[in-house]
Amino acid sequence: MDTNNSNAFSGLTIVAFSWAMVGPLTMKFFADYGATVIRVETSHRPCVTRTSAPYKGGEAGLNRSGYFNHFASNELSLSLNMGHPAGQAVARELIARADVVMENFTPGVMDRWGLGYEELRKIKPDIIMLRQNGFGLDGPYKNLAAFGMILAAIAGMPNFIGWPDRGPLPMGVGAYTDCISPRLASAALIAALDYRDRTGKGQLLDLAQFETALYFILPGVLDYAVNGREPERRGNADPYAAPHGVYPCEDDNSWCTIAVLDDAQWQRLCGILGKPECSRDSRFDTAVHRKQNEREADELVTAWTRQHTAQEVMESLQAAGIPAGVVESSAEIYADPQLRGRNAFWPLQHDEMGVFTHLGASFEMSKTRAQAYRPSPCLGEHNEYILTKILGKSDDEFVELLTSGALE
Amino acid sequence: MDLTNENGFLCGKILADLGVDVIKIERPGGDPSRKVGPFCEGADGPDASLTWFAYNCDKRGITLDIESREGRQIFEQLVKSADIVIETFRPGYLDSLGLGFAGLSRIKPGIVLTSITPFGQTGPYRDYEACDLVLMGMAGELYLTGDSDRPPVTMSLPQAGLHAGADAAVGTMIAYRHRRKTGEGQHVDVALQQSAAWFLGQVIPIWELEKTVLQRVGTFRSGSIGGGIQRQVWPCKDGFVFFFMIGGQQGAKTGRQLVKWMQDEGAYDSFLMTFEWETFDMATVTQETIDKLSRPILEFFQSHTKKEVLNAAMSRNISICPLFSMQDIVTDPHLGQRRFWTELPNPALHKAVLYPRQFARSSENDLASRMRAPRVGEHNAEVYAELGLSPNDLGKLTKAGVI
Repeated sequence: MDTNNSNAFSGLTIVAFSWAMVGPLTMKFFADYGATVIRVETSHRPCVTRTSAPYKGGEAGLNRSGYFNHFASNELSLSLNMGHPAGQAVARELIARADVVMENFTPGVMDRWGLGYEELRKIKPDIIMLRQNGFGLDGPYKNLAAFGMILAAIAGMPNFIGWPDRGPLPMGVGAYTDCISPRLASAALIAALDYRDRTGKGQLLDLAQFETALYFILPGVLDYAVNGREPERRGNADPYAAPHGVYPCEDDNSWCTIAVLDDAQWQRLCGILGKPECSRDSRFDTAVHRKQNEREADELVTAWTRQHTAQEVMESLQAAGIPAGVVESSAEIYADPQLRGRNAFWPLQHDEMGVFTHLGASFEMSKTRAQAYRPSPCLGEHNEYILTKILGKSDDEFVELLTSGALE
Repeated sequence: MDLTNENGFLCGKILADLGVDVIKIERPGGDPSRKVGPFCEGADGPDASLTWFAYNCDKRGITLDIESREGRQIFEQLVKSADIVIETFRPGYLDSLGLGFAGLSRIKPGIVLTSITPFGQTGPYRDYEACDLVLMGMAGELYLTGDSDRPPVTMSLPQAGLHAGADAAVGTMIAYRHRRKTGEGQHVDVALQQSAAWFLGQVIPIWELEKTVLQRVGTFRSGSIGGGIQRQVWPCKDGFVFFFMIGGQQGAKTGRQLVKWMQDEGAYDSFLMTFEWETFDMATVTQETIDKLSRPILEFFQSHTKKEVLNAAMSRNISICPLFSMQDIVTDPHLGQRRFWTELPNPALHKAVLYPRQFARSSENDLASRMRAPRVGEHNAEVYAELGLSPNDLGKLTKAGVI
């Protein structure tokens, strides 16, 4: 159970009432750099990710979800029945020893357990509490149970995705905002730790996932506020550059991106297309002309990309200094040599999953590296460790808790 | 010291909002990233970019040619007074000036250098050319987005640089914490592709465990095993609402509450009204069942407005949200009650414009934005005076094109 005691967050303890994807993604920045992150869960209402497919071997089980297990490496799991007085008591004992409490339910859940910020301060005066709810602690939507896909909608994001002649589209599989709030929350939380170390004071952080999503479309919001302009869907076109798009390649449903950002890139592209004469063609010689004749330029490009694989397109254009890439499927991302070389995936041995790929580092650091200390936890896997080693309970006390139902 | 373009603006913005004195360093005449749209209509020049405005508020701004001999010396002085340098140059560029991590560490032991590049400082794609479209393709979002009868489609506002900028803020602060504990600096290496690929965590397990490559299905969403798809985007009376049937206790609650609302309003469909929501599992449900459930729900939404749906979602505890327009967002009562907006002066328009007050609220610290994005060289006199340069020195340096 030892963690590297020289990492950036070694010695830090976080009690995480963590739910779905936002919770573990936020906690990952701390757990991967040495913090002890105790995830408080319950078998009475297991995390939605524990009960979501895909499962190992197609067989459902609380410890068998690929979804849950992809995101939760380095966390310790404590199963706790918060409806049981002894379960509540354990939570309070843990909080008394913690630096940070985080939660991302709807706000009422923690309040009903008597674990709002004011109560936590009575347990631990310098506690830092991160409340990362969908809509924040106040306002008319505060109790709306939100998740990433509908938060992206209310934050207006699909307005920026799609074709001029069709309606708005969701980003990918939908839960886009789940990838936005965790980084902003982590930054705010590290700042709060720094402030506590300097002043001795804890604090409450109220971060609404809805609000942080707006930072990712801020130029679009300002375009409305300043110019009164609602977003237009424009496919993959760029207002100033052409060709700029997604093009079909040789294999079925295989695509590449190409973006010609200046005239020199266009001239080199014409050479690759086997149409050197097009570089001097007055329809295409400047960005303005290429934009005016974008459809014809796209046809020239498409005629060539259809005869090549996406990988070939990427390699030959990149060799000529032209931005281009494979439109990578999940299988291609999984095998991507660039990501593989950057600690992005962690194959870890898990009791029920076997060797299973956990999400790895999000970036590289030269001195304090993100570490795969342990695989994602099975539900309640660390109950005994947490109660006896962290809280110092005797074996008898632990068994008593176990039989009381407080650890379900 | 913030030497970033739009691929890394958000890093310094987050740090500035958390209290760091961030100094944005541009080349003399202004940074090329000031040419990134959208723009203030009727205005041109270096302050017209709304992307610049969005992500550089709360930073001070100076100009400096770090490639010139004198400029480089001044930069070294700035680094001596700094804790953190963030940059978005091509890998190797700062090294070529002697200002890579090794060089900066000699100038200021313990410095944190954060580099934000399309693919990172190492690896086979390190020197590849990229823009947001290419990166969103190589991070996996594109493949999953768009109608099945058309090519994959991207988001028209660049995203990869925001994921990376936010990542860079976290990495920088982890490095800063380590420095406070040990005195040791380090190099943080952030890649736009890798940061944006985080989102793919939602589908990578499906590939690994089932060898299923999820496909784009437009306004629908794929299930992982059965191959069934269900609608995410539902037309309503005056726009769209987003709703998705999920299993488990949470999904069942929303399903039951939605049906109850429909019944209360007189809608009737025997299949839907008697459906056992606890049995719904996207992994095993058949397309026929999805279609039978969807048909009456679609009809129901089409006879309701966004506002009616949102009100019912709140009062009846149903996980549904309307698609907000920018107008809806700017006038939203929830954001209003939370005092989410403030106003900052926009120098291109000579008036105050709407701006988010803060990305998080703290009971101890004021995280509110208070300073608009800097004009070109706006804080030259102030910052260079802090370094001990006289107005006379500044005049000479300006004349020489160094600042």
